Amino acid sequence: MSAQVFVPGDSSALSVGADGVAAVLSREARSRGLDVTIVRTGSRGLFWLEPLVEIETPAGRMGYGPVADEDAGSLFECGFLAGGAHPKALGRVDDISYLKRQRRLVFARCGLTDPLSLDDYRRHGGLKGVEAALRLGPKATVDEVLASGLRGRGGAGFPTGIKWRTAAAAAADRKYVVCNADEGDSGTFADRMLMEGDPFLLIEGMAIAGVSIGATMGYIYIRSEYPHAFATFSRAIERARSAGVLGERVLGSAHAFDLEARLGAGAYICGEETSLLESLEGRRGEVRAKPPLPAISGLFGKPTVINNVLTFASVPWILDHGAKAYAEYGVGRSLGSQPFQLAGNVRYGGLIELAFGATIRELVEGFGGGARSGRPIRAVQVGGPLGAYFPQSLLDTPLDYEAMAAAKGMLGHGGIVVFDDRVDMARQARFAFQFCAKESCGKCTPCRIGSTRGAETIGKIIAGRDRQKNVELLRDLCEVMTDGSLCALGGLTPLPVLSALDHFSEDFAKPPTRAVAE
Amino acid sequence: MAARAAFDAELARAVIDSRRSAPGAALPILHDLLHQFGYIDDAAIALMAEALNISKADALGVVSFYHDFRRASIDGHVLKLCRAESCQAMGCEDLVEHLEARHGLAPDAWDAGRGLQVETVYCLGNCALSPAALFDGAPIGRLDRGKIDAIVADAEGKAS
Ligand SMILES: Cc1cc2nc3c(=O)[nH]c(=O)nc-3n(C[C@H](O)[C@H](O)[C@H](O)COP(=O)(O)O)c2cc1C
Ligand code: SF4
Ligand code: FES
Repeated sequence: MSAQVFVPGDSSALSVGADGVAAVLSREARSRGLDVTIVRTGSRGLFWLEPLVEIETPAGRMGYGPVADEDAGSLFECGFLAGGAHPKALGRVDDISYLKRQRRLVFARCGLTDPLSLDDYRRHGGLKGVEAALRLGPKATVDEVLASGLRGRGGAGFPTGIKWRTAAAAAADRKYVVCNADEGDSGTFADRMLMEGDPFLLIEGMAIAGVSIGATMGYIYIRSEYPHAFATFSRAIERARSAGVLGERVLGSAHAFDLEARLGAGAYICGEETSLLESLEGRRGEVRAKPPLPAISGLFGKPTVINNVLTFASVPWILDHGAKAYAEYGVGRSLGSQPFQLAGNVRYGGLIELAFGATIRELVEGFGGGARSGRPIRAVQVGGPLGAYFPQSLLDTPLDYEAMAAAKGMLGHGGIVVFDDRVDMARQARFAFQFCAKESCGKCTPCRIGSTRGAETIGKIIAGRDRQKNVELLRDLCEVMTDGSLCALGGLTPLPVLSALDHFSEDFAKPPTRAVAE
Repeated sequence: MAARAAFDAELARAVIDSRRSAPGAALPILHDLLHQFGYIDDAAIALMAEALNISKADALGVVSFYHDFRRASIDGHVLKLCRAESCQAMGCEDLVEHLEARHGLAPDAWDAGRGLQVETVYCLGNCALSPAALFDGAPIGRLDRGKIDAIVADAEGKAS
């Protein structure tokens, strides 16, 4: 049998040369007359080690990284195919502390398997969730999701089981399942990793949703900034269809369910669920007023379950292991595991899946190892562009839904972005407004006009004009936006702004600089 | 970047026809047109409106809502540069300044004469390796001034 060498095909790994490394390793092997198969996998999410090359040995998967093209020759000379010693050797990958300290339920397979091999998927425990759902039947499946305490991972944290129950109970000739893969939040990449690294898991989760609410068609809306994820996921759908996982008879059952991948077009607001539905219907992505809830009247006016990638991807584990086992992880009303994404100015950025309950500090210091620049950490933004900035004094806040809300922040999609002491928080606050102005769907005035006004007001504060008056104006404006916006783009932009004002007020009182009125 | 077909109404009609019966066909059609021609020609918008049985104003409204659907033909390479928070924390704004100061390339200024266009995007999902970019669709992580200079040289080399 030929030796297997695993090289990630994840787009982050590609961004630091994984394709080149795969090509050089294969060429070296050939020139040495060795029988080597290169398997392209997803990423383990230890990005500072990418490209992370792995070898299967009797002692387990051995890792080497970050591998450069120049390392190929010496890797073969050191006998890396048998796990030989080398300056880039990392030992058993499962023993790397960063991975060992995690609780990977959703990301258990990502980086291990060939994302497009259903055999691989099955061999590593795949399809057991949908088999369980088919055995249990629709009602018991929904009950299981409800009992697990799973909440939406897209940002709002709504209980998934309640949504599914509502759509299941709605009578209609057609229903839909829609996956929100717009992943627009800066500092997040878990959806992308999963679509590229373990797409069948998401397909399985969506099929379970289809079977349990009685929907025969599903759509996944993937942002256009993710061309690789779109390509991989589209191929995974085809393979699932030809293997009978999707189609007229899901795994030979009486349930039909099929899927289509659609591409977004560069609009952040299309991550908001009703805007996404408008976009899928072929219109401008303008937010719809709720009610009606999508679960009652969603895509093309039909009952629709819309969930985030990670929400669907959590479901197979729940069905396979039981709601009770899932709910044993986590704290309070934040149950199960959350794939956090650590990024920005941090030494060890990556995917960190943990049971709920860890603090911001455990993530940025314990896993992240501090700022990459070696300077002190000054601010940490949690939850994407609409999330709050936390100062050092609040880094012991736990990363669960309730604790985040109590600290006037939000967990969002689990993105954590680290800034060192060179950050200017008045400018970050101004960026929050500018981003809102640029991405506003334009439907309501506080968001559309307020965001532009907010950016201008911070410009004046930076320039040192009427500071006290303008700070008051800013707070009023935030109140108007919070209360008067139809959706969370306008409604939550005040979070980063107010957190900057409250925790970093000194940055709004610095001597004026010249570059101001942009 | 792959050579693109010059706009051709017959071709556009064929692209539109192959998708028109899909539910909510507008975005798939526009993406196919973008892929085919590199931009959305005004004439294509009229053709799409006709095929989908919607008004021209509505079709235009859809096109103009989305950042991706550029309306003018561009020639050459596209560097999509992330300027969202994680990349800000790793100095993407310094790279924007460098592109302007050193190479005369301002972001989002569509200058047909240049072989390279720089486009602002917000997050590419490569935040653990910020600053990040996509160069003609290929992901680049840990971007720095040196890599920027190499990309510009590469684009200019290919263009000439
Ligand atoms: C401005 C805005 C952007 C959003 N972007 C996303 C996104 O990119 N991905 C996502 O899953 N949810 C996003 N959401 C949340 C969705 O509206 C919705 O709550 C989610 O898709 C529901 O799925 P879940 O319950 O599984 O989280 C966004 C919301 C707002 C207001
Ligand atoms: S808050 Fe902004 S994005 Fe949301 S509906 Fe209103 S205008 Fe649109
Ligand atoms: S913020 Fe730049 S890639 Fe995510």
